[in-house]
Amino acid sequence: MGRITLDKVTKKFGDVEVIPPLDLTIDDGEFVVFVGPSGCGKSTLLRLIAGLEDVSGGEIRIDGKPATDLPPAKRGLAMVFQSYALYPHMSVRKNIAFPMKMAGMPEDEQKRRIDNAARALNLTDYLDRRPGQLSGGQRQRVAIGRAIVREPAAFLFDEPLSNLDAALRVGMRMEISELHKKLDTTMIYVTHDQVEAMTMADKIVVLRAGNIEQVGSPLELYRNPRNTFVAGFIGSPKMNLIDGAEAKKHSAETIGVRPEHIDVSASEGTWKGRIGVAEHLGSDTFFHVHDTGLAETLTIRASGEVALRHGDTVFLTPQADKIHRFDAQGLRIA
Amino acid sequence: MARAVSNRRKVGYTIAAWIIGLAIFFPILWTIVTSFKTEAEAISSPPSFMFFNWTTENYTTVLERSNYFRHFWNSVVISLGSTVLGLIIAIPAAWSMAFVPAKHTKNVLMWMLSTKMLPPVGVLIPIYLIFRDVGLLDTKTGLVIVLTLINLPIIVWMLYTYFKEIPGEILEASRMDGASLRDEIIYVLTPMAVPGIASTLLLNVILAWNEAFWTLNLTAAKAAPLTAFIASYSSPEGLFYAKLSAASTMAIAPILILGWFSQKQLVRGLTFGAVK
Repeated sequence: MGRITLDKVTKKFGDVEVIPPLDLTIDDGEFVVFVGPSGCGKSTLLRLIAGLEDVSGGEIRIDGKPATDLPPAKRGLAMVFQSYALYPHMSVRKNIAFPMKMAGMPEDEQKRRIDNAARALNLTDYLDRRPGQLSGGQRQRVAIGRAIVREPAAFLFDEPLSNLDAALRVGMRMEISELHKKLDTTMIYVTHDQVEAMTMADKIVVLRAGNIEQVGSPLELYRNPRNTFVAGFIGSPKMNLIDGAEAKKHSAETIGVRPEHIDVSASEGTWKGRIGVAEHLGSDTFFHVHDTGLAETLTIRASGEVALRHGDTVFLTPQADKIHRFDAQGLRIA
Repeated sequence: MARAVSNRRKVGYTIAAWIIGLAIFFPILWTIVTSFKTEAEAISSPPSFMFFNWTTENYTTVLERSNYFRHFWNSVVISLGSTVLGLIIAIPAAWSMAFVPAKHTKNVLMWMLSTKMLPPVGVLIPIYLIFRDVGLLDTKTGLVIVLTLINLPIIVWMLYTYFKEIPGEILEASRMDGASLRDEIIYVLTPMAVPGIASTLLLNVILAWNEAFWTLNLTAAKAAPLTAFIASYSSPEGLFYAKLSAASTMAIAPILILGWFSQKQLVRGLTFGAVK
């Protein structure tokens, strides 16, 4: 079981309020991703749930029981840190055994769980090595192993993949997702990478300056961003946000069109512009288009290979039903 | 060409280092040499460096006249005792300063260090009177307490610098893993800080071994360590340079040997955090 409820939780460092009163419910078995730019309070929020920071106000409940004043060890949660935080003086086996040793678990049960975890995480051959003798990916697996042997109510991940190289990151992302499917345990995952958020989450929590901007499934956030911040943050490349006269035509202060929702033509369209940069990825082609008469450079995503290049004149047409409209406060107009 | 210049420079630095090293070591060397002279040769002018009648009679006399091994044992108990007691107090203190610093932690650290700048003689009389009243004069326990207190700032500072280098996330991980504060310090922090604790221990054993002000003023016969043993050969009326030198050599030999074998550890400990 791992249902976590935050009830008007606040956090202050001195006089600075980094988390204003915040409510959030995380259901049992859910994979929740906290995402936001650096300094948005996502790691602080995770550390409040973990018990590594004390809340300044409000209440945290785990499975309905108050946990606000419990020390980290008593909350039944396991955490995987960005720096892995393995014990460098212990072998992999001892690292994984440490939480069980602290819990006073019988030796044979410890051994059984270590063997299972090592098999699941491909660590069997490395059990007697020290963390210093392992690669980054292996270290991260040890950290995950140390977390799963406790069979916690929930897993907390604090940017666990940001120290890995790009290829390894994609692999580990899938391993963590598979682990979630297999264990069916609540996972809370903090990242600044919206791709990780989109690919892994059941539910994304978008944070800015300690405030929750929107909570929803990845596609809900993609289709119906609640405001311009979420619109700009979710989706890659970023949504084009256009102010001024063009927005007024749609009776809005700002309109947003995703790069993949603009059609490109060499002969006719709503906006006429000149290609600044063309990025040919093979599967897609990205264009950055200037001189459209709009204040912003537009980013366009065309599917497949498109034979247009720097300096070419193009015509752009936004797909009418895919235009997002926002008011003066940046909030979505339904 | 570049290579030749850099080689010449290397030779220059090496020579300079040797000169400085020998200048620092010379008093010790001179003491050792003098300990093998007769009293007459020891005060002869000009002094001879190598060409005199080498003799070990000073050592025989000193061993006959004083109980070297009792002083030696007192030194061992006092220096090790005060260092271990200091570590037991300083490890939790340095832990809290390094990992849960409060608003005034830096000030507390500076204040602790500032006590080292106080001339010890300034507090001699109150401490002497307290020791007399509680019966700690001329006891090993008393010296262990006083040396612990005077070296505590250095022990805390050294451990603090070491602990600062240990990533806090590892300690947080142990907390998540269910470690109590005691478990955290015993199973995680201390093993990770072993090199730092070892060099702190070594340095403080040396400092306590060499400490002469308090050991001379607070002891008489029973608890007197090797510093008192040396001092007993420097009398106002007599010029017993050779015997004094023999006593000094015997007193510093154990710590010199300890320092020689642990020099790598010591240098690393003392420069830790300084070179980064």
